[in-house]
Order: sequence, then C-alpha cells, then structure tokens
Amino acid sequence: MEDNKTLYTLTIFSENTVGVLNQITTIFTRRQLNIETLSVSPSAIKGIHKFTITTFSNDEEVMKKLVRLIDKRVDILKAYYNTDEDLVHQELALYKLSTDKVLEHGSIEYLVRKYNVRILEISKDCIVFLKAGHYVETQNLFDELAEKIGVLQFVRSGRIAITKSKVERLSDMLAKRELSNNNREEQINSILGYTD
Amino acid sequence: MNKDIQTQATTSPAIKPETQNISGSEILIRSLLAEGVDTLFGYPGGAIMPVFDALYDHKEEIRHILVRHEQGAVHAAQGYSRVSEKVGVALVTSGPGATNTITGITDAMMDSTPLVVISGQVSSALLGSDAFQEADVIGVTQPITKWAYQVRRVEDIAWAVSRAFYIASSGRPGPVVLDIAKDAQINRCEYSYQKSTFLRSYQPVPDFEEENIKKAAEVINNAKKPLALIGQGVILGNAEEELRAFLEKADIPFGSTILGLSAIPTDHPLNFGMLGMHGNVAPNMMTNECDVLIAIGMRFDDRVTGDLKTYAKQAKVVHFDIDLAEMDKNVKTTVKVVGDAKQTLPLVTELLEKKSHSEWISQFNPYVQKEYDFVINNELFPQNGGEIKMGEVVNKVTEATGNKAICVTDVGQHQMMSTRYFKYTQSRSMVTSGGLGTMGFGLPAGIGAKYGAPDRTVCIFVGDGGLQMTMQEYGTIMEYDIDVKIILLNNNYLGMVRQWQELFFDERYSETHLKNPDFIKVADAYNIKGRKVTKREELDDAISEMLNHKGAFLLEVVVETKGMVYPMVPAGGCVTNILLGNGQKM
Repeated sequence: MEDNKTLYTLTIFSENTVGVLNQITTIFTRRQLNIETLSVSPSAIKGIHKFTITTFSNDEEVMKKLVRLIDKRVDILKAYYNTDEDLVHQELALYKLSTDKVLEHGSIEYLVRKYNVRILEISKDCIVFLKAGHYVETQNLFDELAEKIGVLQFVRSGRIAITKSKVERLSDMLAKRELSNNNREEQINSILGYTD
Repeated sequence: MNKDIQTQATTSPAIKPETQNISGSEILIRSLLAEGVDTLFGYPGGAIMPVFDALYDHKEEIRHILVRHEQGAVHAAQGYSRVSEKVGVALVTSGPGATNTITGITDAMMDSTPLVVISGQVSSALLGSDAFQEADVIGVTQPITKWAYQVRRVEDIAWAVSRAFYIASSGRPGPVVLDIAKDAQINRCEYSYQKSTFLRSYQPVPDFEEENIKKAAEVINNAKKPLALIGQGVILGNAEEELRAFLEKADIPFGSTILGLSAIPTDHPLNFGMLGMHGNVAPNMMTNECDVLIAIGMRFDDRVTGDLKTYAKQAKVVHFDIDLAEMDKNVKTTVKVVGDAKQTLPLVTELLEKKSHSEWISQFNPYVQKEYDFVINNELFPQNGGEIKMGEVVNKVTEATGNKAICVTDVGQHQMMSTRYFKYTQSRSMVTSGGLGTMGFGLPAGIGAKYGAPDRTVCIFVGDGGLQMTMQEYGTIMEYDIDVKIILLNNNYLGMVRQWQELFFDERYSETHLKNPDFIKVADAYNIKGRKVTKREELDDAISEMLNHKGAFLLEVVVETKGMVYPMVPAGGCVTNILLGNGQKM
C-alpha cells in the first residue's frame, strides 16, 4: 500500500463492445494513474459489462475528473468511484502448495480454521487453497504459508465490490435517460413558463 | 435473402429498390447520401477500392475531391465542416492511408470538429495477420476520436454510418473513425437506413439543472464587473443570437478564444477581442479584475489562462458548457451550467435584469488605448518605412474584402497576426488549428472551406514553413480549379519558434532559418497565378489583383524577417504579465 494515498474503487458499466477496456486504460495512462486491480464481467443487465478497477490517488479531484472522462466515452453507460468505507468488497486468492511440504509441516488444521480456507484440490503432488477476503487477509495467509510451507503458485483476483448505500441503479438510470430524451422540450417550456 | 422477396422485387413496386441485395460499398454510399453528404475528400487505395468503384456510379449525387495526401483530406473535411456546420467526411485506404489521417483526426478532436473518417481495412479473415497495408486503426485512433468502430460485416455498415454521424455531430462534436473491412465492402445484403437519434450509453446533451440556471442568473445579476469569455461552443451550438441577447441584456463585455472568434462581429461594442497568449490586452487584464467571469462554450485552455494559480482568483466563475468533463477541469467554478448553450442561455437571459455597466466597461479603454499605442498602431500603420509587417498585410486584406471573407490560417506567427487583425461580420468566418496547433493545416483546410462556403471569399494565410508541409495540395487546387486566395507571409523563418528563441533561448536560432524555394514558380507549375510583393507601395495593388482574379491566387509578401507577435503572455505566466515589445510591459 502506498503512503498518503487513498485506494479508490471505480465501477464502470459499458456496452459489451470490442475495445472498451482499451478506451478506459488510455484514460488512466494519460493521467499517469496505475491500475491496482481490475475485474470485468457481465453485469446483472444483459449486454452490459461491469468493470471494477482500483487505483491509488492522493487527490479526490483527480478521481472526479477521471470518472467524468470515462463516463464521456460513447460506449460507457456510467462510471463512478467509491472509497472502501462505501463498499463491501472482496478478492479471491488461490495458493498451490507441495503435498510433500504440507505433510512435512504436519497439521494444517489451524491454518484452515484461522484463515477460513477452502481446499479445492488434493493430489499426490499438490494441494490448492482458496481464500476469499480483503487484500490484507489474503496477503496474511500468503505470508504465513510462504514462511511455513512454501507456496508453489499464487494468484489473486481483482477486487469485486458492491456499494453499501442505496445508489441509483443502472436500470433506473437508463429508464430515466430514455425518458429525459423525450421530455427535454417540455422541461424547457415549463421553466420559461410556457404551457400549451 | 429468400426467393420470395427476390421475385417480388422485380414484380411489385411496393418493394422499394433499397431493400434489394446490394454490396457493402453501395450501402455505404447510400447511407452517406441518407445523411445528406454531398462532398467527400479522399484518396483511393487497395482496401477501399470497392467503395471508390461504387462511387463511380454516384458521381452526380456525391462529389469526391481527390486530395494529394490523406492528411489533406482530413484538414479539408475540417475546413468544410467549420464553415458549413455539416459533418466533414474523409475517405481513405487502409494502413498508410489511415495513419496519414491521424494528425487531422487529433486536430479535429482538440477543436471539436464533427468528422467521419472512413478507412478501408484488410479483409476480416486477414485481420491481425500483419497483412499488406494492415494497421490497427481502431487501436491507434480510439484515444483521438469520439468514437472509433471497425465494421467487419456488411450487415453492420448502414448501422455504423448512422451511429457515426449521430455521434460526430451531436453534443460536443468530434471525429469518428469507421474502419471497414474489404470483404464487408464487397459482400451483399439488404439495405435499409434508419438515422440514429438515441444511444442509451451516450448522453450528448446533459440535463441542465433548473437550480443552476437560477443561480447563474443570480450571480450575474449581482455582478458589478462581469466579463464573458466566448468559445467555439457558441458557434458549434448555433447560439450566436442567444449569446448576443444574453450579453446585451446584462451589458457584459467579452473576449473570445481563438476558436470563438467571429461568433459576434468584431465591431460589436461589447467585443474586446481575443483572449490568451497573443490576445488583446484589455480582456486579459480584466480577467483578473472582474468580479464575475462567465465562460461560455470554452475550456480554459492553458494558452488562454496562463498560470492557473493566478488566474481570475478574485472572480466568481459561471461556466456554460455541454461537456461535463470540462467543468472544474482547469478552473474551479462557482456555478456550472451544463447543457446546450442554445437552450441554457435564453433561460438565464430570461432571468437577467436589464443592466448597464458603462462605468466598468470604460475601465477597459485605457488598456485598449495602450495596446493600440504600443503595438497595434506600429504593426498596422508603420510610419518609418522598413520591411512590411505581417499585421499590415492582414489588415489590408480584411479591409479589401469588406471584412466579409473567411479567414483560414496555418499555424505560427502569421496565425496570431491573422486572428488578431482579421475582422468578422458573420459567424463561422475563422478556420484555424487552435488546440493542436497543426502546421500544414491551412492550405487543405482552406480548400475544404471553399467547398463548404462556395459563395464566400476564402483567404488562406500561411507561413513559409507551414505551407511547405502540405504544399502538394496545390495539385488539388489545380485539378478542381478551386478559387482560394493564398496569402503567404514569408519571413524565411519558422517565425514563432524564432521569436521564442529570441525571447527565451538567448537568440540561439537553432534550425529555424529556412532556405525557401521560389514560391511563385512552384505555384506557377500548378497553374496557380502568383505575385510576389517586397515593397509596401505594391501591396494594395497586389491585394486587389488577388481578389479580382478569378481562381486561385498566391500572394507572396516578403515580410519583416525578425518580426515579433505582441502582446505576449509568456507561457505559464500570469495572464496580466503581458509583454508589449521594445522592453515594454503592462
């Protein structure tokens, strides 16, 4: 983790078209921002993809501008950012351990209990652990395994996150957008005080 | 396509001919026609040949201007769009054809010019195989376009064209690239065209908030010393009349960005000229004296603001713009009026109190006078003989045209002189490369401008450096007999760089002197009439010869070798830290 910097989580909804990721990363590159984690998947709405991107910054203004630039792209439906307090978030990590080393080590029950580990695979060559959690939690397990048993392979997913607050749902936003497309003229007339 | 429809098509007049199976190229041309396109600027090549072949059947409805380099095609499309408010269209081949358009596309992105650039692409089966003349055009153009899309299937052509035109021209306009695989151009399918008017992921005009309209009016009503900054957004949004009503009701003096020039005529009493580095003294000085700064369709470019830390800190800022991403980007605003100025300005005007700010406006006069005395008078009316000055040429040309011509410029000293001294009586009269500062823009953009506004005189001001970057477009002028007036302000230097070397690099003139060709002979080779002027006495006569000549004309004026553009706000300096030349400062 970097000093004096806040980790921001960007949530981006896009049309499922070729090259959207490139459009997003270009904007990060131009602003000299590093992507910390990235996760992409189909969203709850068919045909719409959801990106969850984390990045460090010491200036919230930078995030505001970043989100507007991303939101502005034609293929992007909506982009916003949150800090950890606003989110329930999770990462997944997989750890591959040598079966011999595990057996040499003796009991692993306490590790499994302490870290709430799931065991996905046991063969004569290797054992695979799965742990879900925050970055610190998956990292702590890694550190302990690396020290005590040795880790053959390790992989961590990008963050996935859900906001705690009741925010405007994407489908509501889309409906509103279609409506405002129809109502624009009426709105102007009502402010000017014209009525039919 | 099923058999039923085919038999019906030949028997029943109820089936429209456009539903027949036609080639992708034919679909492309018909789609362009459906968007009202009548002019294309382009250059053929292998991967776009089917489209050029289809074009052969539509010569009557759609004219194609064959440029001499693809960069010229895009700049011409830009010039065309800027004067006509239509979408400019360029048509090029794959690989080098497409990569040659990059400069123009970037320029259009910076200056919000609606363009559709159509490039051929290798057949879809060859994509990604490093095929002959294959380039990753979408990958390259995504960051410099509003939208870039690769069409791989014939069925997507009409759809993609309708989206392209909608995206390019709506909201804050910009360039769009359509990269069409060769097999999609050749394959056949049914054609039907539907114009795009809505995309769920795209909100061209953001919803304005009634509250901000009221707040803006309140802040402006309470202003004692308001100043407005006018940008190209007003022109792009066709909001010139709405702007004028707004400014006149509340009696607000204003300055224009380089691209906002001509939105309101030069001689309007509230018009105090151009903003920024080489802009007029009064609006720059007043930026830091006003109490309310009203920015309309402009984006606080660094050439306008100088050092942001000292920029308009005393003022409340009201920002009208269609692009939410411009809000608070460079200057923190008090009130953001997001939306289309054509809609938002009248709403605010409605709430404004009729005001007179004559006392405040009278405070501009000493600055106007000082600039006139220290800079303008000597630039336009030099008393002591000597070499011809750029400013005096521009001034004589604009007056000879009754201030009714379109001014197209290249980039450099002559550009600043043209934008400073050309005068405007109608909107869309200034075509220049503002954001990107593209040398080589002028000549092809001027060609496009003539097509966009055939009834108007087009004066292209160029320098000796920039002209040689796209001089091959003389060939286009020759081929189509295009009546453009080219005014070459020749100082045998890359003058603006030389000026910076003189001011900031100890007069070390590194690689800025040019050994130039005989420009008149070059023009003559292209059958363009030319005249070279070295003496002040010949200038009036030469200008009148140029304007009276039917057809293209090159007027080469040998100007002051080491002329300087003043006033000047040094880059990154405070907007009121203005150099006036001869050691004078504000």
